[in-house]
Amino acid sequence: MRRRELVLGAAALPLVARVASRARVVVVGGGYGGATAAKYLRLFSGGAIDVALVEPEAAFVSCPMSNLLLAGASGLADITRPYDALASRHGVQLVRDRASGVDAGKRRVMLERGEPLPYDKLVLAPGISMMWDEVEGLAAERAHVLQAWKAGPETVALRRQLEQMPEGGVFAIAIPEAPYRCPPGPYERACLVADWMRQAKPRAKVLILDANEDVTSKGALFKRVWAERYAGIIEYRPQNKLVAVDGNTLKFELADEVRADVLNVLPPMRAGEIAIAAGLANSNGRWCQVHFRNFESTAAPHIHVIGDSIQIANAIPKSGHMANAQAKVVAAAITAELSGQEIDPAPMLTNTCYSFTELQRAVHVASVHEYVAAESTFKPVAGAGGLSATPSEMEARYAFNWAKTIWDDVLA
Amino acid sequence: MRLLACLLILATGAAQAEPDLRLRALAANCAGCHGTEGRAPRYSLVPGLAGMPAAHFIVQMKAFKSGARQGTVMPQLAKGFSEAQILALANYFAAHKGSAP
Repeated sequence: MRRRELVLGAAALPLVARVASRARVVVVGGGYGGATAAKYLRLFSGGAIDVALVEPEAAFVSCPMSNLLLAGASGLADITRPYDALASRHGVQLVRDRASGVDAGKRRVMLERGEPLPYDKLVLAPGISMMWDEVEGLAAERAHVLQAWKAGPETVALRRQLEQMPEGGVFAIAIPEAPYRCPPGPYERACLVADWMRQAKPRAKVLILDANEDVTSKGALFKRVWAERYAGIIEYRPQNKLVAVDGNTLKFELADEVRADVLNVLPPMRAGEIAIAAGLANSNGRWCQVHFRNFESTAAPHIHVIGDSIQIANAIPKSGHMANAQAKVVAAAITAELSGQEIDPAPMLTNTCYSFTELQRAVHVASVHEYVAAESTFKPVAGAGGLSATPSEMEARYAFNWAKTIWDDVLA
Repeated sequence: MRLLACLLILATGAAQAEPDLRLRALAANCAGCHGTEGRAPRYSLVPGLAGMPAAHFIVQMKAFKSGARQGTVMPQLAKGFSEAQILALANYFAAHKGSAP
C-alpha cells in the first residue's frame, strides 16, 4: 500500500519526510534476539533508521555454553561479552534501563528510570519469565532452590552448591512441560554435571525429573550417552510433573516424592515480563502470537515480538540461534516497511544447536524453516535438517566456534 | 522500486546501492556460523563466505545437498535451500568481499 502511495507521488511525501527525519525503532532486550535485531536494523537500513536498545544489564551473558560453568570448565567471564560495539561500530543507542510498560496507542515505551521512548516500530525480545507460583513453595525457597536458566550469578551459585554437595549426594533437576527455553539444555546440564562428578564425586548421582512424556530434544543421543557413559550416575524419570517444593524435597503430581541434596528446579515459563505487561501474551496468557511473516504481534500493531517469548510455529525451538535468525527477519521486514518496500513474502529461518554430552564431546541438531504463505506460518523444509550420528570431539570444537562466531554476529 | 532505493540512499547518504534487502536477509541465515555478511572471524574453524568465488560456493552447496561432500551441519542445512537460493547466495557472497571484523 505504502509502495503504491510512494510511486503515485503526492501521498509519498509524509513517508519520505519520515525516513529523512529519522524513523525510530526501539528494541527491548539485549539477548540473542534483541541485540541482533538492533545491529541488523542499522545494517539493513544503511544507518537510515535510529535504533535504541533497552537493556538493564551491563553486558551480554550467554545461556548457550553456560552449562560448562556447572562442570567447572569455564567462568562467567567466558560467556560474557560487552555491548560497546553495537554503539561504537553500528550506531545503536544503548539505553541501560528496564522497560516497564508500553503505550501502544501513543507508541511509547515506559522506562523504570528514564523518560519514555517514542517509537515508530517496537521490537520486544524479552526472553522468558518464570512462573514461580506454578510450583507450591518454590517462591519461598528461591534463595536456595536455584534455576540458573538465565545465565549469570545464579549459574555461579549453583556451581558452588554442587561443589559443596556431599560425596554421595544427589543432584536433582526438574524440567517443566514443554514449551520452555532451550529444549535440550536440561539434558546437557545433566551430562556435564555427571561428567564432572565422575572425577570429583564418583558416588554422587544425577536425577532428571521430567514433566514431559519423554526427552524433548536429541532424545536418542542423550539416552544412549546416559546408558553407556553415565550408567549408574544419571537416572532419567519421565512423566514427573513437579507440583511442590518443601525444603530439599520435591513433590510430584503422580510420582513418588524425591529428596535431593542439590535441587535445580526449572519452573514453567512464559513470555518475558514486559510482553506480559503489554498485554501481548494472547496464547494461554503465556506466549505472544505473531504474524510470522514479520513477527508483528497479533495483539497490537507496530509491535514485533521475537525469540523465546513467542507462541512458536511448528518445530521452531526456543533457542538463541533461532532468536538470532528471527531478529534478521524482523530487521529486514521493519526496514522494508519504513522505506516503503514490500516485506519479503518468503523469509527463511535456520537453527543450529549444539549440546555437550561431556566436556570433550558434543552433538548438534540443525533445521531450516520456510514461511508458507498459504498457512501464514513457518514450516520445516522437507528433507532438510537433522542430528549428529554420535557425539564427537570435532563437534565440541565446532560448538565453541559457533558460540564465539554468533556472539560476534549478535554484538560485534 | 529503484526510485525508492534512491530515496533511501539520499536519506542515508550511502555511497552506493546496497544489495536487495531480501537477499541480505537470506544471506544473514549463514552469519550465525560464518560471520556477519559472511566475514568469518580470524579464529574461525569454518570458512568465511565473503569473496568466495560463486562457482566454488555452488559446487560445495550442491555437494552437501547430494551427499557427495560429508560434514556435520552443512549437509543437513544445504538441503533446505533451493537451487535459485543457492545461486543468489553465491553471487551475493562473491560480490561481498571483506575482511574479518
